[in-house]
Amino acid sequence: MSNIAYKNLGKIAGPLIFVEGVENAAYGEMVEIKTQDGERRQGQVLDTRAGLAVVQVFGQTYGLGSSNTSTRFTGETAMISVSDEMLGRTFDGLGNPRDSGPKIISSHKFDLVGSGINPYSREEPSEFIQTGMSNIDGMNTLVRGQKLPIFSGAGLPHNLLASQIARQAKVLGSSENFSVVFAAIGITSEEANFFVRQFEESGALGRSVLFLNLSSDPSMERIMTPRLALTTAEFLAYEKEMHVLVILTDMTNYCEALREISAAREEVPGRRGYPGYMYTDLASIYERAGKIKGRNGSVTQIPILAMPADDITHPIPDLTGYITEGQIVMSRELHRLNVQPPVDVLTSLSRLMNQGIGSGRTREDHRNLADQLYATYAQGKDARALAAIVGEEALSDNDRKFLKIANDFERKFVNQGIDESRSIEQTLDIGWDLISELPESEMKRIKPEFIAKYKRNRIGLEES
Amino acid sequence: MLDSIVSRISGSVVVATGVEDAQMYDVVRIGEMGLLGEIIRLEGNKATIQVYEDTTGIKPGEKVTNTKRPLSMQLGPGLLKSIYDGIQRPLDVLRAKSGDFIGRGVVIPALDQTKKWEFIPIKKKNEEVRPGEIIGTVQETPLINHKIMVPYNMSGELASISEGKFTVNDNVAEIKTSSGKSQIGLSSWWMVRTPRPVHKKLPPESPLLTGQRVLDTFFPVAKGGTAAIPGPFGSGKTVTQQQLAKWADSNVIVYIGCGERGNEMTEILTTFPELEDPKSKRPLMERTVLVANTSNMPVAAREASIYTGITMGEYYRDMGYDVALMADSTSRWAEALREISGRLEEMPGEEGYPAYLGRRLAEFYERGGKAVVVSPEGRIGSLTLVGAVSPPGGDFSEPVSQNTLRVTRVFWALDANLASRRHFPSINWLTSYSLYADDMDDWYKSNISSDWTTLRREALEILQRESELQEIVQLIGYDALPEPEKGILDTARSIREDYLQQSAYDEVDTYTSIRKQMLMLSTILEFGKLESEAIRKGATSQKISSLSVRKDLSMIKWTREEEVEAKVNEIRTNMKTQFESLMMEVTH
Repeated sequence: MSNIAYKNLGKIAGPLIFVEGVENAAYGEMVEIKTQDGERRQGQVLDTRAGLAVVQVFGQTYGLGSSNTSTRFTGETAMISVSDEMLGRTFDGLGNPRDSGPKIISSHKFDLVGSGINPYSREEPSEFIQTGMSNIDGMNTLVRGQKLPIFSGAGLPHNLLASQIARQAKVLGSSENFSVVFAAIGITSEEANFFVRQFEESGALGRSVLFLNLSSDPSMERIMTPRLALTTAEFLAYEKEMHVLVILTDMTNYCEALREISAAREEVPGRRGYPGYMYTDLASIYERAGKIKGRNGSVTQIPILAMPADDITHPIPDLTGYITEGQIVMSRELHRLNVQPPVDVLTSLSRLMNQGIGSGRTREDHRNLADQLYATYAQGKDARALAAIVGEEALSDNDRKFLKIANDFERKFVNQGIDESRSIEQTLDIGWDLISELPESEMKRIKPEFIAKYKRNRIGLEES
Repeated sequence: MLDSIVSRISGSVVVATGVEDAQMYDVVRIGEMGLLGEIIRLEGNKATIQVYEDTTGIKPGEKVTNTKRPLSMQLGPGLLKSIYDGIQRPLDVLRAKSGDFIGRGVVIPALDQTKKWEFIPIKKKNEEVRPGEIIGTVQETPLINHKIMVPYNMSGELASISEGKFTVNDNVAEIKTSSGKSQIGLSSWWMVRTPRPVHKKLPPESPLLTGQRVLDTFFPVAKGGTAAIPGPFGSGKTVTQQQLAKWADSNVIVYIGCGERGNEMTEILTTFPELEDPKSKRPLMERTVLVANTSNMPVAAREASIYTGITMGEYYRDMGYDVALMADSTSRWAEALREISGRLEEMPGEEGYPAYLGRRLAEFYERGGKAVVVSPEGRIGSLTLVGAVSPPGGDFSEPVSQNTLRVTRVFWALDANLASRRHFPSINWLTSYSLYADDMDDWYKSNISSDWTTLRREALEILQRESELQEIVQLIGYDALPEPEKGILDTARSIREDYLQQSAYDEVDTYTSIRKQMLMLSTILEFGKLESEAIRKGATSQKISSLSVRKDLSMIKWTREEEVEAKVNEIRTNMKTQFESLMMEVTH
């Protein structure tokens, strides 16, 4: 039946076309759409019944009319041809070459949606990735196979952070195959160029695959772009045994596209007009990070999303946070104070941190030190809020100490600039420099043996 | 006769026509792949089906076969130590069959069909047996003795009973009933959406001890009780649930990962076999059943996973065991309901959830409880239900949280603020509550200490006072507080930091026996009393907090169970002498 072209479009609504007279289109089947001028577009079946198929068009619907458009059902669900030739290449949001290179032809064809990894087959992620950033390595450690999004806002330097991670990330004592899959989802060409330049300068371009759907490209492609990127990443990881870092930016644009289709289908909306199945849909993207037992590669995901109005309770960051294994949250306040990267450590979290740290991985005192830094920084910020009302003089001695450590924490620990890559030892040592100003009775999170071993002894600060 | 065929596909919902003699909730198989589905709406010979597997590639016109049986599961030896997906397929066997990625249309029996179990009969031939009566046992794991029971609707004289090794599909006994002979096998079938009946529900009177100080001391859940843990992401729902699954003192644990992260289920899979039950020193897996329906598995199976989990829980309760079931998270289950309801184009209730959300939640929690199960001897079992809720944006006023709070009796409120300062478990002591605490007074009196309830109330009062004083501090600063109030803040801080904070990752701190909890709390409060006494006589809180014994208080939690008594005695003696010498200093 793949040779039959249908001419009857019953209805065109937003990104959807309703094709009449279709016999038995499969759910999820790919559709080729040809306009009167011979221009080809792609689409996918969203709802099918005898005699009618609802097709979502990846692209514009202008030029389509109810009588002059022909549609051909391909008999195939969404697939992508993958090969290791893709490394170093740039594609558009539907997987067609965007550079001057040839189309990818390969015997490996992979399903874009793919089925979930059996939890029984997963290997627990536990290899520490040193990103060279103190706020991540020290406080919210990233491990191979994790999905750790960056929650950002308009005007914050999340791109700098993501590219610095991609540039500096390494696993200690390993020189295995490493590659980057980058998916631009509705970002501006300036932003996309920034990443491309970063990859070029660091020499990472040759081991990267880029999928670019820019803000000027059709919004419906955005539904496909992250899936193309992840299918490619899975191929590189599980067939070619590479450790793949996937950067998806910006997931907010993806969710907007999802909302657009849902509205066109006249579905009952959930919160703020986003569809009720957005959690499930996002999970089908984020859950594609991980490691599989008996296979050497891994897929680590860093999705970036701009929180509308910096609101972390907005459905997009909210649902994302429920699926991902933590989050790195950018802070406008620290950005104004010129802290680079401006990461709000207290609201950030890495759920897999415990598996990746400790003796043999980073250092035995890592967990305790991080907990102490968290608690002390939180108390210091409270003291800062209090000092703003009653004045610093009215603070207790302890609170003044906390306040000083909190200030130093932001300026010396979190702040490190875009070029510095710190080893995990350097990060932990800076942590101890700060903490050692506390009296030992306040170091409740640290075991006595670690205090004895790592505490800095400085004249004048040491207690009797 | 018409063939039943697919006429429409929209996501996880499929419409079939030509379906005859179908009943609601019948399980059907769809298309060439034989995807599993369940009928959720009937109009004439048109059936609407929710499909448990991904429907990509299915076409109108494909065949639909009705199995004429509602979603049922096989209950018998071999459930423990298993890990199932939402529709009771063992994931390890599934992996062997379809590889690292979950295949579609794969049918796998829940129980190992070939393994032979040693059946030891208890009843003899010609004995009268009644519904629920135990006729024999199978040692399922070293921890759990599996009871083979007479089905609910059967009674009569035992015509025969065997002994020896059998598979789950073999019959082991035969009963002469009024209507002829009936067979009893090692396993039985049950429809998951129907609660297993009990004879009588009993009021809960003993606590489910979890080894978690904030839960056991302040907000205990009873064996057979219901609890809700709502909290925004990152506040520690999953860690708390996993701590319960590890350390709760029930006989059997059913853990349902409902629409949650794959890596988290893997973590449970790798850690549980290594962890030991504190009492028996056996691997925890030997008393555990896991249901893992991760967020990327189809939603309809997520909806079903809650029911398969609770049916297994009820089955072990019926044997007379204390069972605890954790569901993480019920919000994902509710979202699955919402998604399917949306595809059915039902009129939505609040926030798009179906109007029957509250009823479904209430029905679920009502399946818990302590009960006299159906049995001649009045056997007692309990099923404790703990449901995590993931409210969007951490806002507890949303429908799933509110409907859950209406039916659960314990509320553990997770607090993002506490979590961000790494106060774990981040359970807010001011907003949480337990309605069981008072009912279990007698148990505490006879099992821990006569003044336990008083200790608990005192500590809660101090924490309440602290929150009031904190407001004053916000206005006038700490230094302007009078000394006695500073003393109260000091004690409250000690309760928070030295008692409530508990590390799930520290070998010693992860579990605290109720006896150790009593010793810790009474010592901390004792210090508070001495402190306020000393302040009254003229000492300053600053002087007191520099006493070396103050620091020792924070060390009790790291002390091993067997050494804690000695440690506490030592601290108490030091407390006395240090305060005495302080008073000497002050009065001279």
